[in-house]
Amino acid sequence: MLRALGIGSVDELFANVPPAVRVQGSLRLPPGLSELEIERLVGGLAARNASTDRFVSFLGAGAYDHFIPAAVHHITGRAEFYTSYTPYQPEVSQGNLQSFYEYQSMICTLTGMDVTNASMYDVGSAAAEAALMARDVTGRNTIVVSDTVHPEVRQVIKTYMDAPGVEVVQVPHVDGVTDFDRLRDALARREVAGVIMQHPNFFGCLEPMSEAASLAHSQGALFIASVDPISLGILQPPGAYGADIAVGDGQSLGMSLEFGGPYLGFLAAKQALLRRMPGRIVGATVDAQGRRGFVLTLQAREQHIRRERATSNICSNHALNALAAAVYLSLMGPEGLRDVGDLCLQKAHYARELIVHIPGYEGSFWSPFFKEFAIHTPVPANEVVRYCAQKGVLAGVPLGRFFPGMENHLLIAVTEKRTREDIERLASLLAEVGAHA
Amino acid sequence: MIPDDLRYSREHEWARVEGNRVTVGITDFAQHELGDVVFVELPDPGDEVKAGESMATVESVKSVSDVFAPVSGKVVAVNDVLVNEPEKVNDAPYTDGWMVVIEMSNPRELDDLLDAEGYRHLVEAGGH
Repeated sequence: MLRALGIGSVDELFANVPPAVRVQGSLRLPPGLSELEIERLVGGLAARNASTDRFVSFLGAGAYDHFIPAAVHHITGRAEFYTSYTPYQPEVSQGNLQSFYEYQSMICTLTGMDVTNASMYDVGSAAAEAALMARDVTGRNTIVVSDTVHPEVRQVIKTYMDAPGVEVVQVPHVDGVTDFDRLRDALARREVAGVIMQHPNFFGCLEPMSEAASLAHSQGALFIASVDPISLGILQPPGAYGADIAVGDGQSLGMSLEFGGPYLGFLAAKQALLRRMPGRIVGATVDAQGRRGFVLTLQAREQHIRRERATSNICSNHALNALAAAVYLSLMGPEGLRDVGDLCLQKAHYARELIVHIPGYEGSFWSPFFKEFAIHTPVPANEVVRYCAQKGVLAGVPLGRFFPGMENHLLIAVTEKRTREDIERLASLLAEVGAHA
Repeated sequence: MIPDDLRYSREHEWARVEGNRVTVGITDFAQHELGDVVFVELPDPGDEVKAGESMATVESVKSVSDVFAPVSGKVVAVNDVLVNEPEKVNDAPYTDGWMVVIEMSNPRELDDLLDAEGYRHLVEAGGH
């Protein structure tokens, strides 16, 4: 290479860097290691992390231990998909573009909405972008968000609304669901651009989405639903209850937990909102020879065409995770998805039934739920979690971290992966904690 | 093509004056520069517009452009046909491709617009 470049040494490549800013001497690094030594070193570090392989997990709160069929990793692990970077050019990326198109089609079918983009980073940014869409469409400057929307999603929304000066009004919860009277009140007092509710909500409870949508519409506001896609196998989809925009995280659809991400945000909307949607959109078309092909479309929304008047600065997607979701949904199909939802529902209800009969434990709420529920613990939830973790069970998420005053409440998620033995093991550990209380 | 009976803005809008109302669209030169129009976003009847400010947008396959109000006033009509048939802007920019009708608040602003001859010079000089 030096010969081809016509220079004598690698140092000559840095001739333009002033001597004053160059590092003198050498960097204080330990000696290099062989591949075998590195394997041992890194393997040892990695072993300090626990995973759902070693622990029985009842963790939820937005990230769940669902089953991932082997085919998902097999396909996403193919080098053509795994190593491609921003694969949007139609000349060389038909395979990738087709996979985004299929993903988009499936999301629309799943949510009952008309259009969607090629995915976003996560539910937080998706919800925030949906709020901005509502502001742009209605010309109003207030967003109403229920307290039962995931606290971290609410935080992201607040961050996004801060710079453009959009007011965020929070509606408290009662018995684990949105306080409808306070929601009605919030809508009556202001010109609201959009209402954001989550279903199932952060506590796992089901919300009256249809009534909330009607209420929002009656006051001229858009209705934005944040949903768990794996619940749509058995719950009504947003399109059916009148949501204008549906957002959520697709982590449940074939992505492992990975310490919090990357996951998969999605944003789907009614046809009329198509041109306000942020993100990449893939469309089907024909080439000059009449053959079917896929391209990025409606790019006039995006900043490389519209600059400061673009709908958003989002110009990428979570391609590999969107592919994982597409593979998962293809494998499961509508029936498989219904089975998963049913198993989650049955197992979660079995677990709760078992637990609320343990002395010292009660259900936190009476509202109907899907795969997650909160319980009131006889000692602080943190202690319960600590005790169970020592015995190889991740009992759930203590709610005191998100809601001051709820230190004795534990959020428990039960997915299709949890066996009867797992659930009974949890119950017996909880009983042990209760007995020592 | 530059009809003689219209007034023109430097931003390539045309204006047909009828009493106190002005029908507005974009010129043949503009539609040619834009390419195939795929979407037109129009204001709502009742909206107030100000001379020189953007009142609509035209989207072609390669760009998005503002349509500026040549005069100030209130929007009294918009061409809804363009929602489903935006290509009319290309095919018939001065007739079926009309965009907005404005009820003028200050008819003197018409004096700031070019006549056909003036617009012809602008286009021949490159359009800017």
